Amino acid sequence: MTEPRLHPDQTAWLLACAILSLAPHASHLPLSLISVCALLLGWRGLLAHQGRPLPHRFLLFALAASLVALVAVEFQRFFGKEPGIALLAGLLSIKLLETNNARDARTVVLLSFFMQMGLFLYQQNMGVAALALVGSVATVGALLALEGRAEAARTRALAAARLVLQGLPLMAVLFVLFPRIQGPLWGLPADAYTHRTGLSDSMAPGDMARVSESAAIAFRARFEGDPPPPAERYWRGPVLSDFDGRTWRQGRHSVAEAPAYRSQGTAYTYTLTLEPHNQRWLLALDFPAAAPGLRYSSDFQLLAQAPLHTRQRVDLVSHPGTPVGLNEPDAVLRQALALPPGSNPRTRALGARLRTEARASSDIPALAIAHFRASKLAYTLDPLPLGRDDVDSFLFDTRQGFCEHFAAAFVVTLRAAGVPARVVTGYQGGEINAVDGSFVVRQSDAHAWAEVWLAGKGWQRIDPTAASAPRRIDSGLAGALPDMDRLPLLVRSDLPWLRTLRDNLEAIDNRWNQWVLGYNPARQQALLSALGLARTDWTTLIALMAAAGTVVAGLLAAWALRPRSPADAIDRDWARFCQRLAALGLPRETWEGPLDYAGRVAHQRPDLGPAVAAIAADYAALRYGPATTDTFASRRFHQSIKNFRPR
Amino acid sequence: MLLCKHYPLNFTLKKACAMPTHIATRLIDAASRIILGKDEAIRLALACMLARGHLLMEDMPGVGKTTLAHALAHLLGLKFQRIQFTSDMLPADILGVSVFDQRDGAFRFHPGPVFSEMILADEINRATPKAQSALLEAMEERQISAEGHTYPLPASFFVIATQNPADQIGTFPLPESQLDRFLMRISLGYPDPASERALLAGEDRREMLARLPPVLAAGELDMLLAASRRVHVGPRLLDYVQALLARSRESADFATGLSPRAGLALLSAARAWALLAGRDHVLPEDVQAVLPAVAGHRLRPAGETPLRPDELTRRLRDAVPLP
Repeated sequence: MTEPRLHPDQTAWLLACAILSLAPHASHLPLSLISVCALLLGWRGLLAHQGRPLPHRFLLFALAASLVALVAVEFQRFFGKEPGIALLAGLLSIKLLETNNARDARTVVLLSFFMQMGLFLYQQNMGVAALALVGSVATVGALLALEGRAEAARTRALAAARLVLQGLPLMAVLFVLFPRIQGPLWGLPADAYTHRTGLSDSMAPGDMARVSESAAIAFRARFEGDPPPPAERYWRGPVLSDFDGRTWRQGRHSVAEAPAYRSQGTAYTYTLTLEPHNQRWLLALDFPAAAPGLRYSSDFQLLAQAPLHTRQRVDLVSHPGTPVGLNEPDAVLRQALALPPGSNPRTRALGARLRTEARASSDIPALAIAHFRASKLAYTLDPLPLGRDDVDSFLFDTRQGFCEHFAAAFVVTLRAAGVPARVVTGYQGGEINAVDGSFVVRQSDAHAWAEVWLAGKGWQRIDPTAASAPRRIDSGLAGALPDMDRLPLLVRSDLPWLRTLRDNLEAIDNRWNQWVLGYNPARQQALLSALGLARTDWTTLIALMAAAGTVVAGLLAAWALRPRSPADAIDRDWARFCQRLAALGLPRETWEGPLDYAGRVAHQRPDLGPAVAAIAADYAALRYGPATTDTFASRRFHQSIKNFRPR
Repeated sequence: MLLCKHYPLNFTLKKACAMPTHIATRLIDAASRIILGKDEAIRLALACMLARGHLLMEDMPGVGKTTLAHALAHLLGLKFQRIQFTSDMLPADILGVSVFDQRDGAFRFHPGPVFSEMILADEINRATPKAQSALLEAMEERQISAEGHTYPLPASFFVIATQNPADQIGTFPLPESQLDRFLMRISLGYPDPASERALLAGEDRREMLARLPPVLAAGELDMLLAASRRVHVGPRLLDYVQALLARSRESADFATGLSPRAGLALLSAARAWALLAGRDHVLPEDVQAVLPAVAGHRLRPAGETPLRPDELTRRLRDAVPLP
């Protein structure tokens, strides 16, 4: 038994829903696949437009096989999020090429819905939600086209939007009450933790500059009271003390449940909301006081119990004046003095000279800074290529570098002079979002500085970058670089309107993150407690969900079935009709009866005369004539007004 | 007819509105051959009669009032009687007198000219109020009381009164309470040049009329009268009429508003108008069409500068939006 073939209108809607479901995937699918999908959809559109038959089954089979081969070449695998979505996208396009009956069309509709869900596997921001919503409306429109009668595209799109809108209350119930599991709202286990920009546990020349090119938000902080001055805004990340001549790595350190120092001095209380970076470190200001659930390493990093795979909130108190490392073990100091043999001879010589010049070893850092300043080192995102010995080449030849060059050179110099030193990476600076008052730190704020150990003083923070580019510390990266062009657009300080826009968008995004994506089991529990449901397990939640769902569905049904006299519908239609004519400059006088009005319109616009006269006569009969059980006239009236679109 | 074709499926409806409309069209056609260029007035006069109302024509002498009354009576096949009102007229001249019959030895009532089907009361405002009220009582009661006896008037009894403008010499203007007895007041006005030319060039209207056969067959007038009463008035239209009445009473434009009787008059006139237009239900347009004729002589303008009646009713119409 063959089903009736699709109407051109239905094919158009299917194509629209497939295009709107596939288009948002263009940002992450490989270009080859996007082109193939676009070609296939275009082909289908052309066939529909010209009314030609669909391609033969064998051709489709060959197409499907080549698509699978293409995915295999692009991804080298079939399992996982990306090849999976790529396969689905291609198959949806091919499916359309054999779709010419309602059954296949429903498959296309289901695939389109799936593509919209697939979007959230990549990103969950509001923009993606909006794109998925547009796709959903188009897909519901396609379903309506499959079931309903022929209608104007605008009318059908509105009907679909209305249906989606009616689904929103039910969606809200499910969102709030569905039992939550710990973990991200969307994501596949294998893919979820890849491709994150951010600090790493090692540093080679060029690494920090690369991180700085991203304007992505690393974390947000909200201070109770005033934030610290810019010179204190060092957000401490990985501590790197192991140097192999080129790359810096973390040294050996132990982890404890309490810090090895005693906090003292001014306190800053703040809440960090960290974007997931798949590492354990938390980027605290120096130096966080003891708090439950946190870990403290022997090189004074603050660590989480597990890597941060999801956005996380941490409440912290930091005391910048805390002395640390007064009694460092010899092993730590030895590592902080180690240099690979034979590397960077000129820097070593410099270190040795500084040592002889200095009266005490505590003077050496200042001498080194003075030397750096005298060397006229330039701060740039694009340093010239370095020679064989990175540090020598930077200090004596190119004299151009980014923060990692400065930090590395400084630490090597001090080590050569016999002062224990190490590199600390993290973020420096950050700015306040004028809209919601939160403190925003981006990847472009990534920074590397040095820590020097002096007997009796412990570890002291020294930022050699500040020696050559003090504005880097006071006014951020944008203030320090000679030209803005290389900077991410959103970090540039010369476009104030752009900053305002960005602040607003990010404030909205923050809300979205906190309330939608960050709606985790704890928040759900808090919400339910506020509603008087102190202890809820998942059975209660499901019962609650069923009850709320029933109430919502009941309310929707009551609204849909609310008594509406046919007279109201007739009046509404008539008002619509009058509005359309009024838009043409032919408004009805308030006292004017339908036939008089029609007569006047026909006099001024003879082309509209017959249609207007018929509608007015129908209206007059329905409105003022004897009540009739005949619904034909009112249906015809409704239909004729729907189709009445004068220009 | 035009509107009936929108209801091809509803045969009974079609039949109900087609028959009277056909007759009405024939009537109007015939009348407008006698009275040239006055279709609107003819239609109003016909509607007035179908609503069983009496008609007052107020105009200059010689514009065709009498001819229109003649024509209507002739075309409707009604027994016609003309009463020329004069200042020395007595009620008995209208109603009739009892005369002592010597053979019977008793008084016998001799019916006056009012015992007819259509009365043309010509220049009614020339008579004294006493003579006027004799006719007006007959119009209202549709019966005559004379010397202790009551004599019914014929079932179809119409009065078409003509009156000269009130500022002419030797007139007794009808008081408001009497004006209310007339369903409509219309005026013909001068004909347009083309119609006047045709009138001047053509033959005598009275002779033409004498040659015209009556349009209505026996019983057709009764059918029309009954059909006019059956025209549907929906709740929305009653809302509209009530809004008009309320506005006439509240507005500062009018010294006196429309009475409930005026409301009834408006409805029955609108019914007849709808019937003539071939509809089985009344539209606001029908009410608006008869409003100047029905309400013009019942509304009294307020304020220093008196408004013309048609201006007055236009203001009333414009002030009331359709419900």
